[in-house]
Amino acid sequence: MTSPIPVRELPRTAENSLLAEAGSGTRVEFRGIVKDYGSTRVLHGLDLDIAPGEFVSLLGPSGCGKTTALRVLAGLEQANGGAVLLGGADVSDVPTNRRDIGMVFQSYSLFPHLRVLDNTAFGLRRRKVARAEAARRASDALALVGLDHLADRFPHELSGGQQQRVALARALVTEPRVLLLDEPLSALDAKVRVQLRDEIRRIQLRLGITTVFVTHDQEEALAVSDRIAVMSAGRIEQIGTPEELYLAPATPGVAAFVGLSSLVPGVGEGSTVRVWEWSLPVAAGAATGEVEVFLRPENVRLVASGGVEAVVQESTFLGSFRRTLVRTADGVLVRVQHPASERVEYDDRVRIAVDPEPVSVRPHP
Amino acid sequence: MNRLAPSRATRWVVGILVGAFFVVPMLSTLLYTLRGGDGFSLVHWAALFDPAQARLYAPVWAGLGNSLLLAVVTVAIVLFLLAPTMVLVHLRFPRLRPGFEFLVLLPISIPAIVLVVGLAPIYQQIGRMLGTGAWTLAFAYGITVLPFAYRAIQASVDAVDIRTLAEAARSLGAGWGAVLLRVIAPNLRSGLLAASLISVAVVLGEFTIASLLNRQVFQTALVVVKNTDGYAAAVFTLLALAFAFVLLIVIGLAGRARTGKAAS
Repeated sequence: MTSPIPVRELPRTAENSLLAEAGSGTRVEFRGIVKDYGSTRVLHGLDLDIAPGEFVSLLGPSGCGKTTALRVLAGLEQANGGAVLLGGADVSDVPTNRRDIGMVFQSYSLFPHLRVLDNTAFGLRRRKVARAEAARRASDALALVGLDHLADRFPHELSGGQQQRVALARALVTEPRVLLLDEPLSALDAKVRVQLRDEIRRIQLRLGITTVFVTHDQEEALAVSDRIAVMSAGRIEQIGTPEELYLAPATPGVAAFVGLSSLVPGVGEGSTVRVWEWSLPVAAGAATGEVEVFLRPENVRLVASGGVEAVVQESTFLGSFRRTLVRTADGVLVRVQHPASERVEYDDRVRIAVDPEPVSVRPHP
Repeated sequence: MNRLAPSRATRWVVGILVGAFFVVPMLSTLLYTLRGGDGFSLVHWAALFDPAQARLYAPVWAGLGNSLLLAVVTVAIVLFLLAPTMVLVHLRFPRLRPGFEFLVLLPISIPAIVLVVGLAPIYQQIGRMLGTGAWTLAFAYGITVLPFAYRAIQASVDAVDIRTLAEAARSLGAGWGAVLLRVIAPNLRSGLLAASLISVAVVLGEFTIASLLNRQVFQTALVVVKNTDGYAAAVFTLLALAFAFVLLIVIGLAGRARTGKAAS
């Protein structure tokens, strides 16, 4: 956001064995996956159908079961019920090493005793690929993540971002049927994180590999996914494109988790809800009686006259815009997103207006 | 410098006193073995390799042979039974670890002579099934080295995230054999080496169990020879100490190589 992030070009298709052999992806299906840890049920019959070549994120707070779902898909956890299908075939009883998957982990998982090239070639060598051929393909995979010049280094000589890039190359080099990403960016600092996130997406699109991405960072999920499955307490609350989730959250939980919202009181009137003097369409379902309404900051404006009177609590400069927290006369806190040129300061008196965009509601507690 | 650290002089005094505690007996032993004729001579050292006296020292060489064989079998038990079990407990049954640790550290608190009371009837069975070969004593030694070997290996296990490494290797298509041999073992290298060397040192120094079970090993043979030739016993003792000293240095170097690599 502050200084430019360099965008690295991918190698040309003809020069890279991985790109040349890019496929069309494999269908991945979760069918009624149930998983218990002792007496605690962490997955309640998870159903999810991922199209070939699709990039799907499992998004949710920690403990929602997203990592467990990924580990069941990888075969690192045995489900207590249900089935996992890869390309239409049930792989529930196939051990991890025979599932033909590539996986990148949250913690650094490169083998400390092997050089970058040998780390990358590890999967090929396990598949009995000859040493020279494995080295050539590993080199191509490293070129894909822009690290072929570090092939002779040991993992401890690399930065965190470089290690995760190598881990990505290592996961992709065997041309697996599905790529599993278990919060691979969470240990990285903000800038590297955005850079690697976008790079993962570009490589994924070029290779056409079906990808499941686990994250608790909604911004990350919104940025790269074809579809996002928002999970909570072992269930999928909603699955949809990033736009669908953001503009029409099916449940209050999704509204609260995806994007930023202010919770304000309203009165349900069927397909609309009344908030102060405005009548807003309800995104999903109907609302009656006293409800709480999720207001997006970008749907609230500062106005010169009319609207509702409020006092500025804090205001944050975010580059092209400003986000300001105000308190209305009736004591409700509302976030307003407005142009950076509209400068406000603590204790300023302002007036706000709400745009008639669809909103999510939940019953008043 | 740390204000609470002892002064340079204090450190030297402490160092010299502690050093003397170890060096004086060894030096005395060395001087004792060099005694002969009017002044110093190497006659007692040379005697060990004198064919004319071979019969006298035969028990020591036989005992040393047995001890080395025992060391090899004991190290094999540590590397192929204890280490994989520890990895298994760490990866698959972490809840068993406290109990496992207690069990493994137990032998250190049980005097060897008490162990033998329990071992004696078991060795009657072992004798019937596997014979009374010297190597069978390795089963008992496998127990006595457990606490030392466990500590050495556990330090390495705790230093590496072997769970993630194992999962990464599995996801890349490695079977359990490849996971153990190609991923976990190389990363536990320093711990496995230290455990092996400590085991060798313990086995070469063990006397009580071998003696009470009537087995001839290095230490029991020394006692036998001492009765006829005190000089020879002293020479062998010095050699054994020197060997243990070299082992310790090798362990230290292995550990340093490891930390040096991690720090760079």
